Amino acid sequence: MTEDQSYDLSRFKATYFEECSELLATAEETIARLQEGTGSDDDLNALFRCVHSIKGGGGAFAFEDLVHFAHVFETSMDALRSGRAQLTPHVADILVRGNDVLGDFVRAAQEGTTLPADHGAEVKASLASIISGERLPVDQAARPAPMAQPAAAAPVQPGFATWTIRLVPAPTLLKTGNDPLLMIRELASLGEMKVAVDRSRLPGLAEMDAQMAYLAWTFTLVTDQGRTAIEDVFEFVAGDSAEVSIEQIGQTVDAEEGDGWGLFAPLPPTPELTPSPATTAPGSTSAAHPAVVASPPRGGETGAGGIHTSSIRVDLDRVDRLVNMVGELVITQAMLGQQASGFSIESHPELVQGLQELSHHTRELQESVMAIRAQPVKALFSRAPRLVRDLSAKLGKQARLVMSGENTEVDKTVIEQLSDPLTHLIRNSLDHGIEMPDERVANGKPAEGTIHLGAEHRSGRVIIEVSDDGKGIDRRRVLNKAIEKGLVERGTPMTDEQIDQLIFAPGFSTAEQVSDVSGRGVGMDVVRKNIQDVGGRVVVQNIPGQGARFILSLPLTLAVMDGMLVAVGNQRYVLPLTNIVESLRPTAQQARALVDVGDVLTLRGDYIRLLRLHKVFGLDNAITEFTKGLVVVVETEGGDRIGLLVDELLGQQQVVIKSLDSNYRPVEGISAATILGDGRVALILDVGALRVMGERVSQAEAAAAAQAAE
Amino acid sequence: MAKSVLAVDDSKTMRDMVSFTLRGAGYTVVEADNGVTALKALQGQKVDVIITDVNMPEMDGITLVRKIRAQPQYAGTPILILTTESDQSKKDEGRGAGATGWIVKPFSPEKLLQIVAKVCP
Amino acid sequence: MSESNIRQFISFTIGDEEYGVDIMAIREIKGWSITTELPNTPAYMRGVINLRGAIVPILDLRSRFGRGVTDASPRHVIIVVAVGNRVAGILVDAVADILAVSSDDIQPVPQLEHVATGFLTGLVTVEGRMVALLDLDHVFAFDEMGINDTEAAA
Repeated sequence: MTEDQSYDLSRFKATYFEECSELLATAEETIARLQEGTGSDDDLNALFRCVHSIKGGGGAFAFEDLVHFAHVFETSMDALRSGRAQLTPHVADILVRGNDVLGDFVRAAQEGTTLPADHGAEVKASLASIISGERLPVDQAARPAPMAQPAAAAPVQPGFATWTIRLVPAPTLLKTGNDPLLMIRELASLGEMKVAVDRSRLPGLAEMDAQMAYLAWTFTLVTDQGRTAIEDVFEFVAGDSAEVSIEQIGQTVDAEEGDGWGLFAPLPPTPELTPSPATTAPGSTSAAHPAVVASPPRGGETGAGGIHTSSIRVDLDRVDRLVNMVGELVITQAMLGQQASGFSIESHPELVQGLQELSHHTRELQESVMAIRAQPVKALFSRAPRLVRDLSAKLGKQARLVMSGENTEVDKTVIEQLSDPLTHLIRNSLDHGIEMPDERVANGKPAEGTIHLGAEHRSGRVIIEVSDDGKGIDRRRVLNKAIEKGLVERGTPMTDEQIDQLIFAPGFSTAEQVSDVSGRGVGMDVVRKNIQDVGGRVVVQNIPGQGARFILSLPLTLAVMDGMLVAVGNQRYVLPLTNIVESLRPTAQQARALVDVGDVLTLRGDYIRLLRLHKVFGLDNAITEFTKGLVVVVETEGGDRIGLLVDELLGQQQVVIKSLDSNYRPVEGISAATILGDGRVALILDVGALRVMGERVSQAEAAAAAQAAE
Repeated sequence: MAKSVLAVDDSKTMRDMVSFTLRGAGYTVVEADNGVTALKALQGQKVDVIITDVNMPEMDGITLVRKIRAQPQYAGTPILILTTESDQSKKDEGRGAGATGWIVKPFSPEKLLQIVAKVCP
Repeated sequence: MSESNIRQFISFTIGDEEYGVDIMAIREIKGWSITTELPNTPAYMRGVINLRGAIVPILDLRSRFGRGVTDASPRHVIIVVAVGNRVAGILVDAVADILAVSSDDIQPVPQLEHVATGFLTGLVTVEGRMVALLDLDHVFAFDEMGINDTEAAA
């Protein structure tokens, strides 16, 4: 043990600030519930604990400003949770501001900056007013109240005292006609009381005499009635038929006290004690007898400090490393599988079986590791209610937020990356989508608009939706704007969908679109980039007049995927298994070229657009006729189907997704890369992008054919 | 043999600091984040000292003290409660529940060691 | 005066010409291995390789300079460099030398006709040979590369 005066607690600062960030977020959620009226007493307690913890840690690091503010906040929360103060809408608003200011102090502490001396003074005063129901001079509420002061913080109010009363009836008490129960009830009527029963004298059932009193009690009573009132309760029994001891316990009866600590002693007899041979007399908790404790055998010591929590916090770095390692394991296992593909179960039974088991275990391991980083999307949605409330008020619009699927789980990194885009989409909905109330009513809509925020798992991806019932996107205006900005040439034929997608084009946001509310300089293109950065994509479904839906599709697991390896020409590509519907070798009747449309597959009555991968990718040596190759029917997230012409299917395997754009840049039609069992790189196809590319090719061909026909 | 301490607090920062301080002084530390997990921890092993916060979810510190005292083998074990400065009622409740003493948060590592050594020499 | 900034370079050849890359940027040097082509990319983008688990793009420097596509064989060399946050490789004919050059001796690049001067940061003369020093940021300006980029006639 060192004599070192300067214990370096700064190593805990990171943990502390992380904890603060979680606590502040929890607090915000809780306050939102309280504001809406759906809060509970538990929420008040939870909120108290949030502030309490922030203050406690803050004190340890001597963040004085933070502690001073937190103290007032904490005290007001104490008043609310104990019912001494009422939670009114006005109070709830104060809590909102209080939490914001608390966040300011935490941030300042984290960054090492100092806030102006009067920062949050108004809020502090408002919080203080909660405590006392009247405006307290700010200073008085601001300092942590010292013990002696009968400040609002101390629940034992002036005139009240706390007593410990011990009642040990003589065994013959009942024979005198006294009933302990009546005494207890009378005692309880004096104030707030807690009872502890002492059964130490209770014999076994066989020996018990129903007319004998065996039980004894210790009461802790808070009352303003004074000693005499207590003594009166026992006036008939004290001394003769019962042992009664009445002792006031209060602020000063401490055996030992130091600066910020103290020992209670003598302790009242501890309840429910069965004297056991290994311990000395009950109640001997003073400093001199800890050796007693050592004598009962120590069973099951868990060594240098087990941690018993229901959850454990791990550095994200470690999780990332773990995820990477599991990814590499998957690759190695695939390689082994490939090497062993020549062996059959007859020739090498243990080897083949072992590899199958390995594959199974690897998959399970991978799923477990992925689950570590998964978190409910609730964290992402938590700010939305307040955002909608504040913004709609600011804009003079009426809007309500409906959320669904908050428990859908998503990788933690995704949640962090999506926070800004989601905020922007919601703001955009309110700013440009939802109309003013009278306009809505004039159009036969309810005055209040609805914004829906939902999340769900679908075909191996996480789908997040932000939709509104506003006026949708004005296509003509969008097109004109795009032409103005030189993004599109006037006269280019565009489908409605292509026009809608223009809002994501870089440089599209104009001064008109970028209002004070949506934020300058944050365009839809940035939103899309952020989403793409986590391997997702976003599309918009627009119904002018009725509303718009933004659909974000995100990978469920960032690293590993089930894929189908296909060959086209000399190249090999991977198709995500979740996109594949079926594959077939079409007959000449099934695969035909239609005028104006292009190649189409007729399958069970449906028309599916066909795409030649070799053409889209400019590959040689590939099979060019649909009837000679294989058509793989795939489905995009939007639900559209296309048929891809490939040479052959090479087999299904798990692949580790590796980013292409970390070292290069995005390539259209390719979502990522992977490393196959032979060490070579294979590209993972982006089915959604392929569909778009296919349409472009068809349009170009149709235009060329039209020209040639002239 | 090293003395073992059960540190109960729902704040990880607090737990980390208490553990760090005590382990540095040669104690074995078991951590728990609320009263329920603390009791579970005690089922698995015996400790020499218990330090607990009072404001915790699921089961608060005072209740925990009471439940610990209800176990015969912990009748005499030193239990320290961590309180805030002005929390007189909690101190009284702690006393009533059978706690040995109290320490005000925030506390310096030296103070913690001093008091723990005092109640558990 | 004589202790002025000494910088080290690794030099390599493309045909008859010698180029140099700052040694601090070099991550490793390896032999040519078959790349996986990326669709719809310029001819000088040979594709990507697996470098111990990372996907690394390989640029054919000869083609980047507009001199035609390299007929790659195992005797050719890939120099893997770090450019900003990226790791990428250049395909060259052979490694030549390790040079220690004083920054005083580095000359600015004049306007020459057959050398793609935008890719160079300077020229230096070593033992009578002229070595052109590469500006890696420019060589690897991926975001500026058009899909149908061709640097002069191939």
